[in-house]
Amino acid sequence: MTAVTGVPAPVAGTPATGAARQVGRRLRTRPAALVSAAVLLLLILLAAAAPLLAALTGQDPYAYHDDLVDSARGGVPYGAFGGASADHWLGVEPGTGRDLFVRLLYGARVSLLVAVGATALQVLIGLFVGLAAGLGNRWVDGLLGRITDVLVALPMLVLAIALTAVVPRGFPRPLLLILVIGFLGWAGTSRIVRAQTLALKNLDFVAAARLSGAGRWRTARRELLPSLAAPVLTYAAILLPANIVVEASLSFLGVGVTPPTPSWGQMLSTAQTWFRADPAYVLLPAGFLFVTVLAFTVLGDAVRTALDPREASRLRVGTAKETAR
Amino acid sequence: MTRYLLRRLAGAALVLLALSVLVYALFYVLPGDPARLACGERCNPAQIAQVRAQLGLEEGAFTQYLHFLQGIVAGRSYSTGTELVRCDAPCLGLSYQTDQQVTALILERLPATASLALGALVVWLLVGVGTGLLSALRRGGPTERILTAVTLAGTGTPVFILGLLLLMLVCAHLQWLPFPTYVPLGEDPEQWAWNMLLPWLTLGLFESAKYARLTRSSVLETLAEDHIRTFRAYGAAERTLVTRHALRGAVPPVLAVSAVDLGSMFGGALLTESLFGIPGLGRTLIEGVRRIDLPVVVGVTLVMGVFVVLAGVLADLLHAAADRRVVLA
Repeated sequence: MTAVTGVPAPVAGTPATGAARQVGRRLRTRPAALVSAAVLLLLILLAAAAPLLAALTGQDPYAYHDDLVDSARGGVPYGAFGGASADHWLGVEPGTGRDLFVRLLYGARVSLLVAVGATALQVLIGLFVGLAAGLGNRWVDGLLGRITDVLVALPMLVLAIALTAVVPRGFPRPLLLILVIGFLGWAGTSRIVRAQTLALKNLDFVAAARLSGAGRWRTARRELLPSLAAPVLTYAAILLPANIVVEASLSFLGVGVTPPTPSWGQMLSTAQTWFRADPAYVLLPAGFLFVTVLAFTVLGDAVRTALDPREASRLRVGTAKETAR
Repeated sequence: MTRYLLRRLAGAALVLLALSVLVYALFYVLPGDPARLACGERCNPAQIAQVRAQLGLEEGAFTQYLHFLQGIVAGRSYSTGTELVRCDAPCLGLSYQTDQQVTALILERLPATASLALGALVVWLLVGVGTGLLSALRRGGPTERILTAVTLAGTGTPVFILGLLLLMLVCAHLQWLPFPTYVPLGEDPEQWAWNMLLPWLTLGLFESAKYARLTRSSVLETLAEDHIRTFRAYGAAERTLVTRHALRGAVPPVLAVSAVDLGSMFGGALLTESLFGIPGLGRTLIEGVRRIDLPVVVGVTLVMGVFVVLAGVLADLLHAAADRRVVLA
């Protein structure tokens, strides 16, 4: 953090070279961060290889197996641990007998796809709006500021539910979720970017660029963006696990990914009726969701501390916003 | 102070106006026809047209919106075909499905939501602040590391996972409690409390993680201040320093954040209500969306917005009242 010393407010902009290596070195000394990274890597690999693994185990995520569930007991799988066997590694879904292992992996695809897509969209919009507000004149800043205020004040989950109900059935659900979460959740990023931009734009190197004739957007792109990368990436690391939870919550409420496409939230929603008879069906999707969110949170926390130990705790408390309860 | 309050309230009103326009506009592009839904399956086109006229759907979108605003400020009258229904001042319209007044519906559902939120508040103030305080007291030791790990895990966990695990443990495994069914407080206070116990624990423990972190960091921040150093130099015990003096530093942020959280919970804790079948505002909203009941959705969303926005103002006031260094501007 040597770039801007003596500047009061901003999270210090990291110079491109050296910083990444420094962050990497700090991360390597934290076992929790390393374990989280390994877990996430494994999960991403498993999700990417889901069709391959489905073929390998010979299971189709949509195929029903009525013979594996006990219809006399309302559809509880035969056998222990939710009917785990050599064919069905993690057992089968109660009621339908669909293979749980493959469905969980396909659920991971949905979860990661939506969360990463939504986070990217939030960051992109937030960067654009924040830069425009920070560099624009009083009116632009005022207008964008009010829009941001409204967005922060709105209950996001509520609006997301309303929106998913409005859009026609045929529209691809994961894309819809990305758009809804992305367009409703950029306010935090834009506030951070605006504050950083205001703090940076009066610094000498930015002023020099403006004086030598660089336009507003060129200044933004060439001079400000490199300094914005650190705080924005840090914030994105908070957003990503939060977006996983939002997707799971919407699916849990029955307004997210539509069946038969598997999703963790939706499985947990079904599990509400099975928690007595088939505990494995609660524990497995809950475990996957919990571990994924936790790993992203721990890794994000570590990256934040590595980027700037001093600012870490403040960023966390001050910006933890959208809670799905 | 008065000027500050007026400005904040005016800002809040603007936000709510924007929210109402947004939600109204959103449902206007709705593909489903509210009249068809309100009328039922066996309606012929003539009947649907009649319902459309009754619901005022023949008017332009903007006129309908103006009538809606007029209803909130001055009340309005509705024709149900045979008679004229008067809907008094904060009128949020009539449900397309049941013809019930939305204001009445919201008032009917609010107690369930309020009992959930207030009980959870007690839990997180006890557990959350207590945990944060404990980990500040034991800083550097194994207790703090464990507590930090637990709260970190807790901040990200979706509330329905916690709820499902508690259900499995308490209802299915230990069989201490039956599956909760909501009983109104006015009907049977004892049954109300027993049935709300799990929802309170779920929501309260879920929030506790955040409050533990908040309390811990505020206490540690205060411990670094000069006056604490002076106390310490005079020989005050570490325990007294943390629990008596440094804890004061955690009061303003905990109050402010609690106000904000309570505000958004009064708008309905959608997931918790849905998991435990509590007939609160959150469930009302989801039902409204499923049935495309425009007045219910708009009304509930607006009321949720009111709670959130007012809680924001309240949070700032509480923060300033608890911490003299904060200036309202």
